[in-house]
Amino acid sequence: MINNGSKVLLEVKNLKAEVAGVEILKGVNLTVRAGEVHAIMGINGSGKSTFSKVLAGHPDYTVTGGSAMFEGKELFTLEPEERARAGLFLAFQYPVEIPGVSNSALLRLAYNTMQTERGLEELDPLEFDDLIQEKIKVVEMDPSFLGRSVNEGFSGGEKKRNEILQMAVLEPRLAILDETDSGLDIDALRIVANGVNSLLTPDNAVVMVTHYQRLLNYIVPDFVHVMDAGRIVRTGGKELALELEARGYDWLRAAA
Amino acid sequence: MNLTKEQCFEQLLLGKSFKSESWLGPIRDKAGARAQALNFPTARQDDWRLTDLSPLFQYGFHPVDSYASVTLADIDSLLIPGSIRLVFVDGCYASPLSDLKQAGAGVTVSSLLDRYGDAQVEANFAQHALFDQDAFAALNTRFFEDGAFVHVAGGEAAAPIHILNVATKRDTSSAIYPRCLVVMAANSRATIIEDYAGLNDGINFSNAVTEVVLKDDAQLQHVRVQREEKSAFHIGHCSVIAARGSVYTSTALAFGARVSRHDLHVTLRGEGAEATLNGLALIGGRQIADTHTRIDHASPRCVSRQLHKCIADGSAHAIFSGKIMVREGASGTDSAQSSRNLLLSGKAHIDTQPQLEIFNDDVSCKHGATIGQIDADALFFLKSRGLTEERARNLLTHAFAAEIIDKIPVPSLVEALGRTILERMNGDHVGGVSR
Repeated sequence: MINNGSKVLLEVKNLKAEVAGVEILKGVNLTVRAGEVHAIMGINGSGKSTFSKVLAGHPDYTVTGGSAMFEGKELFTLEPEERARAGLFLAFQYPVEIPGVSNSALLRLAYNTMQTERGLEELDPLEFDDLIQEKIKVVEMDPSFLGRSVNEGFSGGEKKRNEILQMAVLEPRLAILDETDSGLDIDALRIVANGVNSLLTPDNAVVMVTHYQRLLNYIVPDFVHVMDAGRIVRTGGKELALELEARGYDWLRAAA
Repeated sequence: MNLTKEQCFEQLLLGKSFKSESWLGPIRDKAGARAQALNFPTARQDDWRLTDLSPLFQYGFHPVDSYASVTLADIDSLLIPGSIRLVFVDGCYASPLSDLKQAGAGVTVSSLLDRYGDAQVEANFAQHALFDQDAFAALNTRFFEDGAFVHVAGGEAAAPIHILNVATKRDTSSAIYPRCLVVMAANSRATIIEDYAGLNDGINFSNAVTEVVLKDDAQLQHVRVQREEKSAFHIGHCSVIAARGSVYTSTALAFGARVSRHDLHVTLRGEGAEATLNGLALIGGRQIADTHTRIDHASPRCVSRQLHKCIADGSAHAIFSGKIMVREGASGTDSAQSSRNLLLSGKAHIDTQPQLEIFNDDVSCKHGATIGQIDADALFFLKSRGLTEERARNLLTHAFAAEIIDKIPVPSLVEALGRTILERMNGDHVGGVSR
């Protein structure tokens, strides 16, 4: 939902970043306001996943220039956990398996961390169970997944649903979904998309990073950005995604 | 105190004399003579090459000459609800703290001293934990005061049997000699928890010996928890003899002591016997924890499984040496061993030595070892969910340890140990910020 009067959540200016000495982002500009849904598209290697990891604070990436203000804070001065507590969320492209840590224990620990940050009471395991039983409906997850180790033995679709469950529990102001649609069959895609849609409010925003237009049929973006060679080379409405689907990326690369 | 190694050993040899049963007296004498001849192991002995005992040698350890009055409240945090309990204070049986009500028919749980006349005691005592090459076992056999005796004559013990050894001395450094004999009759089943703890930060030396005998088709879940004070020293030896079709499962944890060592020798002496050895050492600061295991496949078609984990923080040193022997004639042996290790600091040190000695074809022996650090991707993931670096590291460390702790078949103990570990990690011992 576009409302130019709504609050700016994220403002990225001329962001440059490198990994292992190789410059990947070469000047990215992006403004995200509350209530908006953005899609960042591009071919493999265009820098779109790097962009999401840099925003979340992945230690392998080094910011070499530019700035990112998130809710009035200079994002790159914050540790990854401080960014999370400030309301930034990254749904991982490849969710990590953590044997020995139960899903419910992690969710409760993360939830209570946020509660403390917001000056609210922590929940004990019983209270949290009531909350989580509601939240798992968002992603139609079987309660048995709560007792299992985080992502261990989960299918690709189950892992992605688990990421969205974490988003539902943490209630971020800005969620970045990194290739959340990859590896999903059509049923899982629908469930994940429904989950994300149900979490959208006028006060939060979503940035989807994706290669395919398919996801955008389910989560309709207000803005579509095309990234190429470390820059955003074109911004348009949802119709831009359809054009990309029909024409591919080459015409834009030539234009850039 | 700053003794030499020789002075320290001389001091240990000044232990008490005991008036013993006619069968036991000669064993004590022989053990004393053997201890004197062997003296402390040296770094030239391969089995002790990596174990730095020098912190131990600085102290003079005295025989226990008086007994502290310990109340149930003092040991409350160590108790396992619903268990059959034997408590030893500084090596001496504490009847008022023990609870044998649930032992039931066919299950003998007792102080060793009270059962010197028992045929099982005489037949098995010092017959399995041999002291001819082991000075510490010899010292124990010479100077032990009392010990635990468990005999399950048949059927299943009604509750877990908790053998709790607490060290209390603070003003004088004491040498304590816990002793344990377990005899599982044919087809019997039991869970035994051997537990070593300290009640204060005294510099005591526990030198423990345990013997376990499983007759045909017996099954034993044997848990060992070494949670001594960080100032203490602990050397423990356990010998297990497993007969035909018996199933022995050990879960041994080492958390405490300045220097600790655990030798576990399992002999599969009967067709189709099975042994599972789970081990965990979780240490930090300047701690040293050494685990030496030996699984001896002495009969055909026996099975052994082993998973040992070391976690070392600070400038701690963890050692694992695991030998699998397959004797001539032990055809159809099936053995797998895995050593997995986690280094939490750049100054910590882990040595792992899998060893196979195979004198037979027709066997399957797999083994592997890994040493790693906290997984960077998992750490970033947890931080991205709002957890601090320290919390995330502790959670991952705890998860690594939990794979072993969760194998303990006593839920209340699993929970209590899980809490202990998290507390320790939040302190300065393991995974904490102060190194």
